[in-house]
Amino acid sequence: MSDLVSVENLTIDFATNFGDVHALRGVSFSLKAGEVLGIVGESGSGKTVACRAILKLIAGNALVKSGRIMFEGSNVLSMKDVELGQLRGGQAAMIFQNPSTHLDPIMTVGRQVGEAMVVHQGISWRQANARAIGLLEDMHIKDAPRRAGAYPHELSGGMRQRVMIAAALACEPKLLIADEPTTALDVTVQAQILDLLRGIRRERKLSVILVSHDLGVIAEMCDRVVVMKDGAVLEIGSVDQILRDPAHEYTKRLIASQPSLMTPTTHARPVATEPHLLVKNLCVNFYPGQSLAAWATRKPPLIVRAVDNVSLALRRGGALGIVGESGSGKSTIARAIAGLVQPEQGEIEVDGQSLDRALRRRRPEQVRKLQMVFQDPFMSLNPAFTVARTLAEPLLQQNICPQGDIPARIRELMEKVELPRQLLDRRTTQLSGGQRQRVGIARALALEPEILIADEVTSALDVTIQAQVLGLFARLRRELSLTLILISHDLGVVRYLCEQVAVMQHGKLVEYGNTGDVLDRPQQAYTRELIAAIPKLSRPTSSGVQPGDTPLLAAGSEC
Amino acid sequence: MRGSGPLAMARLRTMPATLAIGGAITLAWIVVAILAPVLTGFDPVKVDVMQALKPPGAEHWFGTDAIGRDVLARTLFAARYDLAMAFFGVVGPIILGTIIGLIAGYLGGRIDAALMRILEVTVSFPYFVLVIAIVAVLGPGLKSYFISLTLVNWVSYARLVRSQALVLRGVDFVLAARGMGFGHLRIMLFHILPNAIVPSIVFVMTDAVLAIVLGSSLGFLGLGVQPPTPEWGAMIADGQTYLTTAWWIAIFPGIAICLLALGLSLTADGLARLLNTES
Amino acid sequence: MNRFSFVLRRPIQLIPVLLGISVITFLLLQMTPGDPVRLMLGPKASQEAIEFVRARYGLDQPVPVQYFYYVMNCLRGDFGQSIAFRGPVSGVIVARIAPTVFLILYGLVISLLLTFALAVTAARQRGRWIDHLIRLVCVAGVGVPSYFVGLLLIMGFCLRLKIFPVSGYGPTFINNLGHLFLPALTIGIGVTPILARNLRATFIQQLDKDYAIACRSRGLPESYIFSRHVFWNSLLPTVNLLGVVVAFLIGGTVVVENVFNIPGLGNLLIRGVLTHDQFVVQAVALLLAVGVVISNFAVDILTAILDPRVEL
Repeated sequence: MSDLVSVENLTIDFATNFGDVHALRGVSFSLKAGEVLGIVGESGSGKTVACRAILKLIAGNALVKSGRIMFEGSNVLSMKDVELGQLRGGQAAMIFQNPSTHLDPIMTVGRQVGEAMVVHQGISWRQANARAIGLLEDMHIKDAPRRAGAYPHELSGGMRQRVMIAAALACEPKLLIADEPTTALDVTVQAQILDLLRGIRRERKLSVILVSHDLGVIAEMCDRVVVMKDGAVLEIGSVDQILRDPAHEYTKRLIASQPSLMTPTTHARPVATEPHLLVKNLCVNFYPGQSLAAWATRKPPLIVRAVDNVSLALRRGGALGIVGESGSGKSTIARAIAGLVQPEQGEIEVDGQSLDRALRRRRPEQVRKLQMVFQDPFMSLNPAFTVARTLAEPLLQQNICPQGDIPARIRELMEKVELPRQLLDRRTTQLSGGQRQRVGIARALALEPEILIADEVTSALDVTIQAQVLGLFARLRRELSLTLILISHDLGVVRYLCEQVAVMQHGKLVEYGNTGDVLDRPQQAYTRELIAAIPKLSRPTSSGVQPGDTPLLAAGSEC
Repeated sequence: MRGSGPLAMARLRTMPATLAIGGAITLAWIVVAILAPVLTGFDPVKVDVMQALKPPGAEHWFGTDAIGRDVLARTLFAARYDLAMAFFGVVGPIILGTIIGLIAGYLGGRIDAALMRILEVTVSFPYFVLVIAIVAVLGPGLKSYFISLTLVNWVSYARLVRSQALVLRGVDFVLAARGMGFGHLRIMLFHILPNAIVPSIVFVMTDAVLAIVLGSSLGFLGLGVQPPTPEWGAMIADGQTYLTTAWWIAIFPGIAICLLALGLSLTADGLARLLNTES
Repeated sequence: MNRFSFVLRRPIQLIPVLLGISVITFLLLQMTPGDPVRLMLGPKASQEAIEFVRARYGLDQPVPVQYFYYVMNCLRGDFGQSIAFRGPVSGVIVARIAPTVFLILYGLVISLLLTFALAVTAARQRGRWIDHLIRLVCVAGVGVPSYFVGLLLIMGFCLRLKIFPVSGYGPTFINNLGHLFLPALTIGIGVTPILARNLRATFIQQLDKDYAIACRSRGLPESYIFSRHVFWNSLLPTVNLLGVVVAFLIGGTVVVENVFNIPGLGNLLIRGVLTHDQFVVQAVALLLAVGVVISNFAVDILTAILDPRVEL
C-alpha cells in the first residue's frame, strides 16, 4: 500500500511578542491508505499542530521553516486556496475536541451538515438537507429529520460530536483527522463515539489519524502510533510494540503513569472504630433560572436535586473516592461538606460533632480541620498573588502561628509539596499546571487540616504530572495521617489512592463499598457500564496476536 | 502579570506604538496646562475691543475673538479646565461604580437585584440628557458637572466590575478563600477586586475622552464652565456666529480638543492592547 | 412560536423600569430650589391660579402623595405648565417630537451604513494598511465632539459650497431628507467610531472562533464562511450594543439640534434649562428615557429573532 499522507521533516515556529516559539521540530510520519494512525502526546507536544497542518489549518503567525506534507503526491503546504478547498472536506476532513464550540451556534445542524455539499457539489439546499438527514441517521441519531432542524445548544455533547462527524463526512473524504474527539465527553459517551468511529471507518474504508492524550483510546483504536513530545517525534511503531517494548525513556514513563497501571498504595492502617467524618442523608437542591419575573408570575421554582439523600462514613486516616460522570453531583457533595454550598437537609459530623450547614456559622477550628483542593490549576490560585502571599494569607488570617514564624512555615510547606523555594517570589500565573496544583495543596495544608477534600485535582493535568501529584497525595496522606475524600471521574485514580469508593449517578449513590469489591465485582448495572466504557490498556501478552489487527477487533465489544 | 528582568524588557519592546504616542500627547497637554502663564504673555480674560476680531498674525498667533481676547492664550488656559473635566469626570464614577459593582456581583441575591434595578433605570435615561437634567437642578458650572457625571456614569464601571465579580465569585480561588474561613470584605478587596478591575482600567481612558466631549458640549451649550473663564466648548460657541468672517475663534479650540481627545484615545487603545495581550 | 410569546409578556416587565424613571424625574423636580407653583406660573400669578395649581398637582400633600399625583398626571398627559411658553408643557412637547424622531432614525441609518462599510472592509482586509487606517480613524474619531463636526460641515457645505440649508425643519419627508442630512450625518459620525471598532473586533474574534476553523476544515470558501456564519454571529453583540447607541444618538441630538437650530426636543431641553423652565426639562427627560426603553424593547425582539438560544 502506498502512503496516503506523508509528513516530511516538518518544522513550524510561531511568531510571538516574545520571539519565535518552536511548535514542531523536524516531524516526519506517514499514513498508509486504510490505516488508523494514532498520535499520542501531552500538552505542548505539537500533536494538534501536526495534524492541523495536514489540512494547512495553521494560524496566521505560524512560520513553516522546513519540510513538506504530501497528500497523494501533492504538497499541501504549497497549495492555493482553490486546491485547498478541494482537499479540505473533499479529500480529508477533520473533527475536533470540543463539539459545542466547533459548531455554529445560530445555524441548524442539518444545514451545517449539508452546506459543504451545496458548496462543493453544487446541489440544492433541499437535496443537501435530505442527504444530511441520511448522514445523521448513519451516525445513529434517532429521529434524524427532526434533529436536523435543531440548533447545537438543543443537543447533548455526544450528539453534537455525531453531528460534527456527519458534517466532516458529508463530501466523502478518504481521510478523517480526529483531534481529541472524545476528551470533552463522559466516559460512557466516549465509548459510544469510539464505537461509531470504528463502524464508519470499516464501512467507508476511511484512513484515520487519531490524536489523543489518552493511551487507552489510542490502544483501542489504532494500528500504529506516533509518540510526540515537545514538538518532536520520539518513536513510531505498532501499538503492540510500543506498549510492550517502548524504546524511548519518555514512552516508558508515559505508560507507567497510566493510573490503571500504577500499583495501588498499601492500605494497611490501624482501624479506628469511630467514624471521623459522617455524612447523613445529604440533599442539595439547585434552583436554576430563578428570576424576579418568575417570582412575580408565581411560577413554581424549578428544582434540580444535585445531591439526593446521600450518606457516607469515613474512618480517621481513611480514603474515599467519589466517582461519577458530569452532572452526577460528586463535586456538589464535596462543596456541601466544605460548607461552600448549603445543603437542603442532612447532617455532617466530624468526630461526632455536628457541623453547621452554613460555613459562616462553623467555628474557626471546624473550618480549619476541613480543607479542600480544587480542580482547575489555572483558576484555583489568585492570579494577583505571589506564591509566598498565597501561603502566608491563611497562616495570618487563622492565627496558625506567630507572625515571626511565618517565613519558616512557608518554607516547610514548600518542602512538603516538593517545590523549590525559588518559586516563592513568583506570581502564581508564572507557574506550570503541576506547580500550581502543588501550591494549591500547600495552601490547604497551611491550616493543618485533618480532612482533605480533593476535587478532580488531577483531571486538568498531563498524565505524567498526574502520576507525580497522585504520588504526592499518597505520601502526604501517610505522613500527615490525613482523612481523604477524592472526587474523580477516573476510576484508575480512585483505585490507586482509595480503599473505599462511592459511585454516583444523577445525584444518587449507586454503589458504595471497598474499592476492590466495587470495581472488580460491581453489583449495579451502571457501575458495570462505567467500568466497561473505560478504554482498556493492558500490556499485551506475547501470544501470537497479529500486530495492527488485534486492537480494533478486540475492542469491538458493544457497550 | 507584572515581572522583572527579561520579561519586563520584552514588554518594553512590545509596548504598543499607540500607547507611546498617545501618552506623549496627553503629557504634553498636561505640561501646557501647568505652564500656560509662561507660554503666553496675554491675559486670557482681558477685554480689548480695539483688538477685536484680528486674524492670526505676528502679534496674536491665533488671532483675537469678538471682544479682543487673545485666542491662543484662551486656548492654552482652557486646557486646565478641560483636563480637569477629563480627570475628575472619571474619578467619581470609577469609585462609586466599582464599589456598587463589587458589592452587587459578589454578594448577589437580593442586594444585586435591587442595585441592578437602580442601574437599569439610570441607563434608561440617555446619558447626556440625564446629566443636563441634573445640571438644570444644580445650576451650571464645574461642580454640578462633576456631581451629575458621578450620579450618571457610575453605571459603566458598576457593570464592568459586576460582570467580572459575578464570574470570580464562583471561581476556585475565591471558593478556596471562603473555605479557609476568610471574611467577605477580605475576599472582596484582595481576591475579587484586583482581578475584576482590569476592564475598568482599560475603559477609564476612553471614558475620559467621553467626559471631555460631554463637558465641552455643556460648555458649548452654555451649561458648563461660565464665562469669562476660557473653556474650549464655550470658546467654540463664541465663534459659531463668526464662522465665515473670523473662523479662527472656533477652529483653534476645536483642534485643541481633538488633539487632547486623540492623545487619550490612543493611550486607551494602547493600554487595552497591553493589558489584553498579557492576560 | 412559543419563543416569541415574550413580545406580549415583556411590556409588563417594563413597568417597574418606567416607574423607576418617573421616580427619578419626580425627585429632580422635588430637589429643584424654589416653590414649584412659582416655577410653573412665574412670580406674578394670581391667588386663584396658585390655588388651582396646588390642588391639581397635590402640592399641599405629603411627598409620596405628590408622587402619586405626578404619575397620574403624567398618564393623563399633563406634565405641568411652562413659564416660557405660557401654556401646558404637553402642547409644547408634542409639536417637537417628530423632528427629533426623524433625526434619530436618519442618524441611525447613516451610522449603520458607515459602520458596516468600515467594519466589513477592515475585517476582510485584516492586517493590511486599509485595516490599520480604519482602526486609526475610529480611535481618533471617538474624541471629535459632534458640535465641532457640525460646525465644520456647516462651514464646508452650507457657507462655502451652499449645497445644504443651514438650519430648520421642513414640512415634507423628502424635504427633510435634505434639510436634516447634515445634522443626521453629524450624529451618525458621532457614534460610528465606537460601533465600527466594536463590530470589526467582533468580526475578527469570530473569524478565529472554533466553528470558523471547523468550517475551513470542510473546505468552505472564506467569503462563504464570512457571509453565512461569521457575519450573523457578529451581529448579535452589535445588536445588543444598539440599545446603548440609541441612547447615545438621543444625547447627540440634544447638541446637534442646537448647532443646526432644529425645533426638536433637544433644542427645547436646552432652552428649558437656560430659562429655568423646570417642568419642560423634566418632561423632555422623561420622554427621551421612555424612548430609550422602547428602543431597548425593539433590540430584545431583534436579538430573539437572530439568536435561537435566547429565551425571554
